[in-house]
Amino acid sequence: MTDFDRESMLEMFIFEMTQLIDQLEATIVQSESEYNMDQINEIFRVMHTIKGSSAMMMFDNIASVAHSIEDLFYYLREENPQGLDFKRLSDHVLSGADFVKEELAKLQGGEKPNGDGTELALAIDKFLHQIKGEESETSAPVGTGKSADTKPQNIGTTGENMHKYKAKIFFQDGCEMENIRAYTLVHNMQNFAADIVHVPADVIDESTIPLIRNEGFTVEFSSPRDYTFVYNHLGATVYLRELSLEDLSAPEDATIDAAPEIVNTETGDIHNIDVDIPMPEEPTIEEEHTMETPTLVETFAPSSPAEAAASAEAAQKKAGSASHMISVNVNKLDALLNLMGELVISEAMVTQNSELEGLQLESFNKETRQLRKIISNLQQTVMQMRMVPLSATFFRMHRIVRDMCRQLDKDVQLDIVGEETEVDKNIIEHIADPIMHIIRNSIDHGVELPAERKERGKAAKARVLLEAKNAGGDVLIIIKDDGRGINTQKVLAKAKANGLTSKPDAEYTDREIQQFIFLPGFSTNDQVTAFSGRGVGMDVVSSNLEIVGGTALVDSVPGEGTTFTLKIPLTLTIQEGMSVLVAGAQYTIPIANIIKSFKARPEDLFTDPSGNEMITNRGEIYNIVRLHDFFNIDGAVTDVCEGTLIQLENGEHVVCMLVDELIGQQQAVVKPMPKYFKKVRGLSGCTLLGNGDISLIIDVAGFFDK
Amino acid sequence: MAAIQNFFEEKQLDDTIKDQYLTFAIEDEDYGVEIAYVKEIIKMQSITKVPDMPNFIEGITNLRGDLIGVLDVRKRFGKPFKEHDEETCIIVINYGDYTLGMIVDAVQETAIIPEERIAPPPSAKLSYANQFVRNIGKVGEDVKLLLDVERFLAQD
Repeated sequence: MTDFDRESMLEMFIFEMTQLIDQLEATIVQSESEYNMDQINEIFRVMHTIKGSSAMMMFDNIASVAHSIEDLFYYLREENPQGLDFKRLSDHVLSGADFVKEELAKLQGGEKPNGDGTELALAIDKFLHQIKGEESETSAPVGTGKSADTKPQNIGTTGENMHKYKAKIFFQDGCEMENIRAYTLVHNMQNFAADIVHVPADVIDESTIPLIRNEGFTVEFSSPRDYTFVYNHLGATVYLRELSLEDLSAPEDATIDAAPEIVNTETGDIHNIDVDIPMPEEPTIEEEHTMETPTLVETFAPSSPAEAAASAEAAQKKAGSASHMISVNVNKLDALLNLMGELVISEAMVTQNSELEGLQLESFNKETRQLRKIISNLQQTVMQMRMVPLSATFFRMHRIVRDMCRQLDKDVQLDIVGEETEVDKNIIEHIADPIMHIIRNSIDHGVELPAERKERGKAAKARVLLEAKNAGGDVLIIIKDDGRGINTQKVLAKAKANGLTSKPDAEYTDREIQQFIFLPGFSTNDQVTAFSGRGVGMDVVSSNLEIVGGTALVDSVPGEGTTFTLKIPLTLTIQEGMSVLVAGAQYTIPIANIIKSFKARPEDLFTDPSGNEMITNRGEIYNIVRLHDFFNIDGAVTDVCEGTLIQLENGEHVVCMLVDELIGQQQAVVKPMPKYFKKVRGLSGCTLLGNGDISLIIDVAGFFDK
Repeated sequence: MAAIQNFFEEKQLDDTIKDQYLTFAIEDEDYGVEIAYVKEIIKMQSITKVPDMPNFIEGITNLRGDLIGVLDVRKRFGKPFKEHDEETCIIVINYGDYTLGMIVDAVQETAIIPEERIAPPPSAKLSYANQFVRNIGKVGEDVKLLLDVERFLAQD
């Protein structure tokens, strides 16, 4: 295996494992009190895949932990014992999941996964023995034979109940390294099979790959296990596309038992078996089950074209959504998006070219409108491709809540609403941490112990609501608990002690005080707990949100709970904007923030005693912000009535902004300010105009925190 | 900072550009900047002002689709404003993570100044502009003030 192969395999491995572990955690946490059969099957499958993949990558420690959990669930699946201690079971599985996560983190950091999983595996094995002992002393030992290193029991060539099997396996197209997969398969079979003969024989040799790909991998072996067991075991192979298993010692024909040996000695070619065995057609087909993997292929040929079509359709249906998905490297999507941005700019450069000015171009204009339509559709599609639902991020929080409740002896129910809301992939990465910190904070600081809650007349089980919803061009993420709320006195005292206050205490509103908690190094928790109290966390919230142009708000009612609202933009990259002119320079204002624009009439204007300009419009009074004053720009229109007012909103706040004139609506490809520039309040980035000039993009929120 | 250090060391090792300086004029003085930093020279083009910046930061400009910051060397040195003319150029430099343009009165030449012809400046920093000079190099009889790029870019 070359380094390159291994590198990309490793990347796939980490990706796959992370997904599996997430899936696993979600399953466990959802159903902690009691597992139903589906969930047991699900966990078994996940563990089996983890075991297989990590054994293939030769991460034996991960494989052995996964193996013991797999054994455990195999037993549960087969025996369905009653009265299990599900809490302990969950603990075991989750600690296994944690172990895998740790190892994955090492891999990601370029280290070797060298954690020792032996103890964990032993603990799980012990747990399995306990269940077996308690629940079914009399039942026969079941399981895939302890683990790879224990001696296979009861496997010999001449056992009474020995069955001879012949299996033919096809791997999925494009799964790569078929020979190694075959090797792993054979290796795993040693637990229950003996006399294993396979074609091609030397699977370590990479030159056998095309053969396995085209002709399939044929294994013959004898095993004391029954058909279903063997079939299920082989069927769980990773990247399996097709499996056919024949019981060569099937009672229909007693002579078959001897057949393989004869063939073996005579020709030495196992391939001939197919022809030599006088096996009737029909039973074979009945015996041949086909695995229902997502890319299902029927093993028998349909007799008519109509049937063929029908079965293809059925296969398509069974394939479900899984086969319609591909995973794409985010870098490729980023590259596509950049190209998209350049396309938008160069379209503007062509259609708004100064050389076209004053020309009568009827057909040209028609065609450019069509072009614009296509480009904007394309753009929407590209943006859509990058949108990911928040569900994975949200469901991960179940685990955090569970762990914290266990350790802090609190009882919290996490309700998730609106997890299907989609957000740009890049943004999701930045908000997972803030959400986690807020939830930790809510449970650690906000939610009271059950006894205390009862005293206060609240339900013993606290509720934390995690909600996402769309609001214009933004997504709101709301985290609401029904705990004790923020103690403003304590926060203010602490802020004062840290020198964060800038005016007399009495002048601070509760809302202002609450915002202090987002400052770096701020924590009111007197004791540092495992979860919070070090003062890091909440400042991660604000700094991470700043990166994606979002904001955090906190609103708390003492005794009733705290609500955190994170406002994040849907996407970072292309915005619909209104171009405005101030002193000859263009600025772009996000359309989402604009309510309307209008010309002021002198009689509507007035100034309050402290010099703030205001305007009445349709019975409402608004503050006027002069963009040129805000940015200290010389040479702009200073007469409010001569310029244009744009009514802007940010949340519940509204102002009217004075600009020289409006230019028009356009697509703004948002580019960050060059690195050298510090963050400027009121600016979120810049965009290239059709003529190659640069327009600064106004961050409307910046005008409201003054 | 490590990135800058590496970048610097790497370029130092590169013999083909060792000892080479791009020289430019500000008022009557000649300055030099290590050629390793120089990406290209472009003629004066439209620059968009950015509010709330130190006065020597002229704004941002579009370099074939990339947005780069532009600094005015005259303003940085505290020299009086001079109308831009035919000779006014923007030297585009790469420094660490930054790509930046420097507006200069005129670009002169690439000069080879071997180490032995380079001396530290007099210890007393006589003028404001002097603090951006790391060394003084000699080309024939001419004196070139070699720019301390890090100091030059510092925004405090």
